[in-house]
Amino acid sequence: MPTLAAFFVTAALCAQSDDLQRGKRLYEGQCAPCHGQTGTGGRGPNLAQPKLKHGSSEEQLIGVISRGIPGTEMPAAWQMTPREVKQVVVYVQSLGRIAKMDLPGDAARGRALFLGKGGCAACHIVKGAGTALGPELTEIGARRSPEYLREAILDPAKAAPEGYLLVEFTTADGKRITGQRANEDSFTIQILDSGGRYHSFRKSALKELKRLEGHSGMPSYKDKFASSELEDLIAWLASLRGDS
Amino acid sequence: MRAALISMLACGLGAQVPFERLVNAHREPWNWLTYSGNYQGHRYSLLKQITPDNVARLHPVWMVQFENSRTEVSPLVVDGVMYITAPNMAAALDARTGRRLWSWSRPVPRDLETIGFGRVNRGAAILDDRIFVGTLDSYLVALDARSGAVRWETKVADYKTGHCITAAPLAIKDKIIVGISGGEAGIRGFVDAYDAATGKQVWRLWTVPGPGEQGNETWAGESWKTGAASTWVTGAYDPQWNLVYWGTGNPGPDWNGDTRGGDNLYSCSFLAIDAGSGKLRWHFQFTPHDTHDWDSTLVPMLTEGTIRGKARKLIVSPNRNGFYYVLDRETGEFLAGQAYARQTWAKGLDDRGRPVLIPNMEPSVEGTLVWPSLQGATNWFSPSYSPLAKLVYVSVREMGAYYYKNEAEYKPGTMFTGGGERPLRQQAFGAVRALEMETGKQRWEFRLHSPPWAGVMATAGGLVFGGSDEGNVFALDALTGKPLWDYQAGGPVAANPISFAIDGRQYVAVAADRVLIVFGL
Repeated sequence: MPTLAAFFVTAALCAQSDDLQRGKRLYEGQCAPCHGQTGTGGRGPNLAQPKLKHGSSEEQLIGVISRGIPGTEMPAAWQMTPREVKQVVVYVQSLGRIAKMDLPGDAARGRALFLGKGGCAACHIVKGAGTALGPELTEIGARRSPEYLREAILDPAKAAPEGYLLVEFTTADGKRITGQRANEDSFTIQILDSGGRYHSFRKSALKELKRLEGHSGMPSYKDKFASSELEDLIAWLASLRGDS
Repeated sequence: MRAALISMLACGLGAQVPFERLVNAHREPWNWLTYSGNYQGHRYSLLKQITPDNVARLHPVWMVQFENSRTEVSPLVVDGVMYITAPNMAAALDARTGRRLWSWSRPVPRDLETIGFGRVNRGAAILDDRIFVGTLDSYLVALDARSGAVRWETKVADYKTGHCITAAPLAIKDKIIVGISGGEAGIRGFVDAYDAATGKQVWRLWTVPGPGEQGNETWAGESWKTGAASTWVTGAYDPQWNLVYWGTGNPGPDWNGDTRGGDNLYSCSFLAIDAGSGKLRWHFQFTPHDTHDWDSTLVPMLTEGTIRGKARKLIVSPNRNGFYYVLDRETGEFLAGQAYARQTWAKGLDDRGRPVLIPNMEPSVEGTLVWPSLQGATNWFSPSYSPLAKLVYVSVREMGAYYYKNEAEYKPGTMFTGGGERPLRQQAFGAVRALEMETGKQRWEFRLHSPPWAGVMATAGGLVFGGSDEGNVFALDALTGKPLWDYQAGGPVAANPISFAIDGRQYVAVAADRVLIVFGL
C-alpha cells in the first residue's frame, strides 16, 4: 500500500513536470514573441514576477490566456486546447515564483535580527513598517531564491535589482551628493539621497554625474552576522511571500 | 447670415487636394499633405519661422487626447484642418484649436487579434475631397473630407488570417496604394492599388511570388505560401517614372529559416512598382533569408546626389539590419552603404550590397547574442532628409538580444514565428544620428537614454525634432546635434513629428502616448 501511494505521488510529480515542459514549449512558441523568451517582458509585460496584475490566481490566468484582455494587445489564445492553456499557466506561474522550501534557519530569530542587530528596517519596508530607502521586501521570498538572498546580504552590489543604480553627482555650485536614481530621461535625472530627499536636475547642468555601476547603497553584512544568524535571516526573508 | 456662414465654411474647410497639389507639396509648406510630408519620403518641413535662436520659447498650444495608448499617428494638415487617425477611427480637427469638426469610427470585431504588433494606425491619405484610411479589420475606407461620411469601404483582406492595416495609405493620381500587416501570422504579403473614385481594386502585387513567377525559386517547397513579406509602412513615389517605392517585411516564420531555404524574395526588400500597372520594376533585398525579423518596412527617401563623380537619382535608407544603403532610384543598383549602428552579424556589404555574413549568428535553441535586437537599429518610425544640410537623420536603437529558435507550425490566424528574443535592456541606449546622405558617414550623434520609438523631422529653420521613449519631445540643431529645447510630455513618444502653419504661425505636432501635442512659439 505505501508502495502504491509512492507510485501515485511520483506519477503526479511526473505529470506536473511534464505539464511544465509542455507549457514551456507552448509559451516559447506563442507567448515569448511578446513577453520575452524568459518571461521578463518585451512588447508585453514582465511575467517573471510572483503577482501578475491580470493573473493573480490560476483561474484568472486561464481566463486571460483563453479570452485575452479586451482593450489591450493581449489576444485570446483560441488555438490552444484547455489542457494546453493549463500547461502554459503552470509554466507562467513558475516563471517568477520561488517555490517554498525547507530552510535550516529559524525564521522567528531571523525576524528579530532583521529588526534588531541588522537594523534592516532602517532601509527596507516589510508589511508596511520600516523606511523606504532600499527595495520593499514584503514579497521578497516569492521573488528571490535563498541563494540570491544570501548573495544580496553578503555582497549587495552583485545582487542589485534590475534598474537599480547608485549615482554620485556634483552640482553647479560644487555640492557632491550620492544617492540612488529614482528616474531618468534623456534630459533630466531624479535622485533619492541617503537622507530620503529627492533631487531633480537637468543633466547638462551638473558638473559631474558618475554612474556607480556595480555599487550598492547597502553595506555588506559579511562580518556582522555569524553564519547561523545568516541562516536565520534568510529563513525569515524567504518566508516573506506577500501573504499576510 | 446663413449664406455667409456657408461660404466661410466652404473656404475655411475646403479640402480640394488634386494630385497636382500632392506632387507639388513643396509649394505649400504650411500644409502637410501626405504621410511623409512629400512624395519623396523626406519628412522635412520647408517652414523656417522656428529656428535655433527662438526654439527655446516653444510651448504647447493645444492637445487632443486619444483612447489608445502609444499613438503612432502622423497627422495631415490641409488648409487649417488637421486629420488624425486611431485604430478604426478618423477625425478632422480645427488645426487652430484642436476642436473636433467631425469624427468617424468603425467597430473593431470582437474576435479581432493583432498578431505580433499593437493596435495602431499611423495616418490617413487625402486626395481631392476624400480622406482614405485603413482599418484593423483590413478595410480601406474613403471618407468625405468635409463630413466624415463614408464614400466607400473595400475589404482588402481577411482579418481572421492575421491580416491588418496599420499604415497610412498613399494617394497617387487616381489610385490609393495600401500595404498590409501580418508578418508574424504567416500571411502572403502584397501591395494593393484601389480606384480612388469607386474603391475597386486596380492591381495587386504579391510580395512573395507564386509558382512560375520569378523569385518563387528562392523559397524551398511550399514555404512561399506562408512567406509573409508584409508591407506595413507607407512608401514613396516618383512622378517622373510613375514608380512607387515600398518596403517589405520579414519572411515567415521569423526566427526559424529551416523550412524556407533560399533568399526568400521579396522579403526584407525595397520594391519599385509601376503605379499604373502594379508590375515590379526592380527590387533590392537588404537581408536575404532573414532570421532576425529585420523588416525593411521603412520609408524610402528619394534624393539626388553625386556618387563617384556622377550625378544620380537616389533612394536612401538606414535599414533595420544596422546598415545604411544608397541605391540608384531608376534601377535599384547598389551604390554605397555602411553600418550606422552596432551590428555583429555581417562583416560588411559586398560590391552588390549583399551582406557578408559572420557564421553562427542565426537564432538557436540556447540563444544567440546579436546586435541589433529584433526591433532593429531603427524601425518603422520615420527618418528625415534635409536637402539643405544634405544630411539624413535617423532615430537609432542600440540594443543587442539573445535570439531563440524553436518550431513553428502554421495555423491560420495565429503566431507563426518560430522563436523570439531576450533583449539586453541594461546596456541599451538610443541616439539621433546625422548621416551624410551620399555615404552614410556619421556627422553627429545626440544620445538618448533608451532606445527610441519616435521618428524625426528636419526643418528649413535648421532644426531636427524628435522624441524619446521616456517622454521627451526635443529639438536639435540640424548641423551640430546640439540640444536646444525639450519638453516632458508624460508618456512615450512613439510617433512621427510634423510641422504646419496657420496665418503665418509655424507649429510642430507630435503624439506622446495618448496625447497629440501641438507646439508653437
